[in-house]
Amino acid sequence: MHSIPGRRLILSLYLVFLLLPIYWLVNMSFKTNGEIVSTMTLWPHVPTLENYTRIFTDESWYSGYINSLKYVVINTIISISFALPAAYAFSRYRFLGDKHLFFWLLSNRMAPPAVYALPFFNLYSAIGLFDTPWAVALAHCLFNVPLAVWILEGFVSGVPREIDETAFLDGYSFPKFFVKILVPLIASGIGVAAFFCFMFSWVELLLARTLTSVNAKPISAVMTRTVSAAGMDWGLLAAAGVLTIIPGALVIWFVRNYIARGFALGRV
Amino acid sequence: MDKTVNQKAWFLVLPVFLVVAFSAVLPLMTVVNYSIQDTFGNNQFFWNGAGWFKELLDPSSDLGQRFFASLWRNLAFSAIILAIEVPLGIIVALSMPRDGWRVAACLVIMALPLLIPWNVVGTIWQIFGRPDIGLLGYTLNHLGMDYNYVSNEFDAWATVIVMDVWHWTSLVALLCYAGLKSIPDAYYQAAQIDGASRWAVFTAIQLPKLNRVLLIGVLLRFMDSFMIYTEPFVVTGGGPGNSTTFVSIELVKIALGQFDLGKAAALSLVYNLIILIVCWVFYTVMTNAGVDRGHKEGAV
Repeated sequence: MHSIPGRRLILSLYLVFLLLPIYWLVNMSFKTNGEIVSTMTLWPHVPTLENYTRIFTDESWYSGYINSLKYVVINTIISISFALPAAYAFSRYRFLGDKHLFFWLLSNRMAPPAVYALPFFNLYSAIGLFDTPWAVALAHCLFNVPLAVWILEGFVSGVPREIDETAFLDGYSFPKFFVKILVPLIASGIGVAAFFCFMFSWVELLLARTLTSVNAKPISAVMTRTVSAAGMDWGLLAAAGVLTIIPGALVIWFVRNYIARGFALGRV
Repeated sequence: MDKTVNQKAWFLVLPVFLVVAFSAVLPLMTVVNYSIQDTFGNNQFFWNGAGWFKELLDPSSDLGQRFFASLWRNLAFSAIILAIEVPLGIIVALSMPRDGWRVAACLVIMALPLLIPWNVVGTIWQIFGRPDIGLLGYTLNHLGMDYNYVSNEFDAWATVIVMDVWHWTSLVALLCYAGLKSIPDAYYQAAQIDGASRWAVFTAIQLPKLNRVLLIGVLLRFMDSFMIYTEPFVVTGGGPGNSTTFVSIELVKIALGQFDLGKAAALSLVYNLIILIVCWVFYTVMTNAGVDRGHKEGAV
């Protein structure tokens, strides 16, 4: 009943619209540059893996992926482990300034990274973290910690209070309750929050580019510099792009039912 | 939802408070500091009071002109993408298959653009739209349209807007789909008994139920499109001329390009203030939604 006439057609058109540009990128990544520039072909006539081999053998390319993964993983671990207790506190207790604090966290999730680019550059240069994965990981905490708190708060609120009370009556200490009972109960929530921290850190370019120069240069920066350096190696660029899509595409199946919830900060 | 008062809960929140304060308050203080001072270099600063702010908000000055131009451009951009993405998202959500593996497949494909790094989204469209090597640009040019997003303002705008629609419509659709799924079947059965038309079902049952998710969707899309940076930067670099230079791009140009600290700081603060106001509306909506949810759970 909740469908509309012509829905098959509408949906098919929409899905084609979504997939076509991605297909084009994948298509180009398997072409040689000669084929890309000289002819317009809908699929690679001379398929080649050369673009991918270059990325996996050239250190300046594959180190970009490793650098990105480093700060993304550090950031995800920091965000989740800091956010978990806070999410529990916001969900269960009322305390001085709780609402203001919750709003303040949200306002940081919404703050434009462009505002922070310059002060972060100064701050992390001053404390000697510039051009390390730690600088980017800490900088991304700006929006990922609030995100994790908001998402996890939604999941913790879904756990009935009676469970806490029973556990405390049974003589569980708070840390033991937290690790043995609460964390397993909201395991899927932690998975979702971790996924979104990973994703938002992975897709961000501005701060990651500003806070690194040589040693910790992320893949997104490697890609943009190749474009501006007029190398115009389209096949290589396309292959690099395809490889950045893969982490998301791998886990998407497991979080498919939670995507709306994660983007809406656990409020849907 | 009756929470107990417990001041010790602060200890649980403290780590988050510290890490966010370190990465948000400290830099923001630097910005405030820059915004009221001027410098001749060599780290020698002197007091400039509200000078930068006056210049920024004065449309006749060079800085003010750039700020307001990028602000209106950005607001126009946000308005256009909202006007396209919201109705399209609703239509797509209404077109979703009912159940089975097709739902899962649709969800996965729809979520795909949401998870692509923003600079790669830019790269995808940069390639896709090129008249020489991109499918879209090539096709349009062979259909007789003179499409070139590098030199033509209108084409640049169209490309950036279509890119954003491609990137984010799925978010609105997924939110609406979640909202639609929460409508009990009994509502539809009642409508059928009343002999309600398809349109009546939509306006009387579905739309009111979608109210809340739509509000969240609109606010999220507004916020994110208001601070868009990476995608247009990769595709058009803010050009041709300044035609796709949005507020964030302008700010980065002033701050990291020209290293004009005072101007950039004043712009940052005004920018942040606008975001903060919208964010407050967002917060009110979100927390009221939470209260609703609590009532519902309590009633069941």
